[in-house]
Amino acid sequence: MTSELRPDAAPARHPTPAGSRMLPILRSVVPVFVVLAAIAALWYTALVPMNIRESLTQAERAGAVVDPPNAIERRDANAIGLVLKNPAYIADTLRQDRPRLPGPDQVWRELWATTGAMVLEGKGLSKRSLLYHAWVTLSATVLGFAIGTVGGIALAVGIVHSRVMNMAIMPWAIASQTIPILAIAPMIIVVLNSIGVTGLLPKALISAYLCFFPVTVGMVKGLRSPDAMQLDLLHTYGASRAQTFWKLRWPSSMPYFFTSMKIGMAAALVGAIVGEMPTGAVRGLGARLLAGSYYGQTVQIWSALFAAALLAAVLVGIIGALQTVTLKRMGMSQ
Amino acid sequence: MDPRMKTDSPVAAARAETASPIVIAARKLDLTFQTNDGPVLALRDVNLTVNRGDFVSFIGPSGCGKTTFLRVVGALEHPTGGEITVNGMTPDEARRARAYGYVFQAAGLYPWRTIAKNIKLPLEIMGYSKDDQERQVERVLKLVDLEGFGNKFPWQLSGGMQQRASIARALAFDADILLMDEPFGALDEIVRDHLNEQLLALWARTGKTIGFVTHSIPEAVYLSTRIVVMSPRPGRITDVIESTLPRERPLEIRDTPEFLAIAHRVREGLRAGHAYDE
Repeated sequence: MTSELRPDAAPARHPTPAGSRMLPILRSVVPVFVVLAAIAALWYTALVPMNIRESLTQAERAGAVVDPPNAIERRDANAIGLVLKNPAYIADTLRQDRPRLPGPDQVWRELWATTGAMVLEGKGLSKRSLLYHAWVTLSATVLGFAIGTVGGIALAVGIVHSRVMNMAIMPWAIASQTIPILAIAPMIIVVLNSIGVTGLLPKALISAYLCFFPVTVGMVKGLRSPDAMQLDLLHTYGASRAQTFWKLRWPSSMPYFFTSMKIGMAAALVGAIVGEMPTGAVRGLGARLLAGSYYGQTVQIWSALFAAALLAAVLVGIIGALQTVTLKRMGMSQ
Repeated sequence: MDPRMKTDSPVAAARAETASPIVIAARKLDLTFQTNDGPVLALRDVNLTVNRGDFVSFIGPSGCGKTTFLRVVGALEHPTGGEITVNGMTPDEARRARAYGYVFQAAGLYPWRTIAKNIKLPLEIMGYSKDDQERQVERVLKLVDLEGFGNKFPWQLSGGMQQRASIARALAFDADILLMDEPFGALDEIVRDHLNEQLLALWARTGKTIGFVTHSIPEAVYLSTRIVVMSPRPGRITDVIESTLPRERPLEIRDTPEFLAIAHRVREGLRAGHAYDE
């Protein structure tokens, strides 16, 4: 050891892999685009045979001659065979109103028409706007996430500090997650409705029901992460349990906390969407999904799905950013 | 202000020595761990007294109970038989009276606290005022030669500096006794020599009583006024060697015949305890 003090610089960066001469930005962008292109290719490949029968039926109704001409024969025929026999109608499969599988371009157009376009018209939060429905789902998600996270942490603190709670709570927490949320969601809605609780809270509670578990499991692990030596050290100082918690356990659990919150947030969103389904499908992304399936509006279903995915990505991204900033300030970033 | 702070001056240290010379007294100490494979005799019939200002090293192979004994002194383990007093109290009372600072093998600094904040940790827990905290941090950073590093984070320091910071943390609340469990075991030889020298200087300046667990014969001989040789199964003391070396010890003292004679006796003691049998 020549110098005892390490350079004051930021943590060492990993060396660039040999042979990689790309600009840093390209290094991350290229793989993303490769994956996107692969998904799009797979999507369009699946789309054509899935939609070909409908295209041929419409063409036949319009008076064209297709092969085979008989609808019943077409029903029993192999879809890929139909595509190969009627290549002229491939383009039609991409342009249906109610396709079995809409193309990414159709989903994108629907997404834009129900979000950006409506904002430009000044109707951004009208009931036909996807932004309005996303907002409804978001508010239930965030409230449910808050309840679930606080509850999850409270349970974890209890489990870590009390042997009785450790043995009494953990089995129930695990059991709660084995019940399908689809089965229990309508009951929560109905029971709460009967005691006069309606609106946001029932959905948020379903959200919280899914969200608390990863937070509890992660935080139990995190609060137990200080090693025996660290706990011994505090013992020699005569630290109280509260001091041990605030000065050691809580800061040590931060990496686990953020990871748990990411999972909890995704779970909370699923909970909110599921919670919207048994209410009669009036408002929210779950309602859009359900209404779309009632009326065979596949484009609407897919656009609602994408909206939910985007929402989840944004929410988890926010937690990720908080994680980076917090752990960096704590000197715990990897 | 804590009156014990004055123990840093040689005069006060001398006065303290006149009070009661015995700091740690163990009589017929037994400690048996109950494990799944049956009872393990970690300590058996351990008798030892440590006087104020002593530097006592505990040496022996793994499983000889040297760390366990230190942990008993620090009230981290409780004996199953015999008696032990620390400053005339039970170890638990001594712990509550903040009689000792403990240094572990790993520095165990909190990565989210700066060095100064790490040193303040025990002070915060013990309820020192902000001004006292600042004063103590400044004082102990000087003691371990880390002035100016208070605002650094642990990852910015080398392993040796981190261990010095952890010693500073143990000194921060002015305990009379410093218990050190292989504090330099994870460091390389060069850094270790350097820290040994610094530790002797610190001991001379503060007059603390030090209990020091080590695997290394040269380290034990170089540092100690007394060397306690222990052997395993059951963990027991096989020899207690009073060092004839002067208190002032340059590193070169390790090449003198006197040093080598003591080292030889330690090695003999370890062999006599069948310490190397497997």
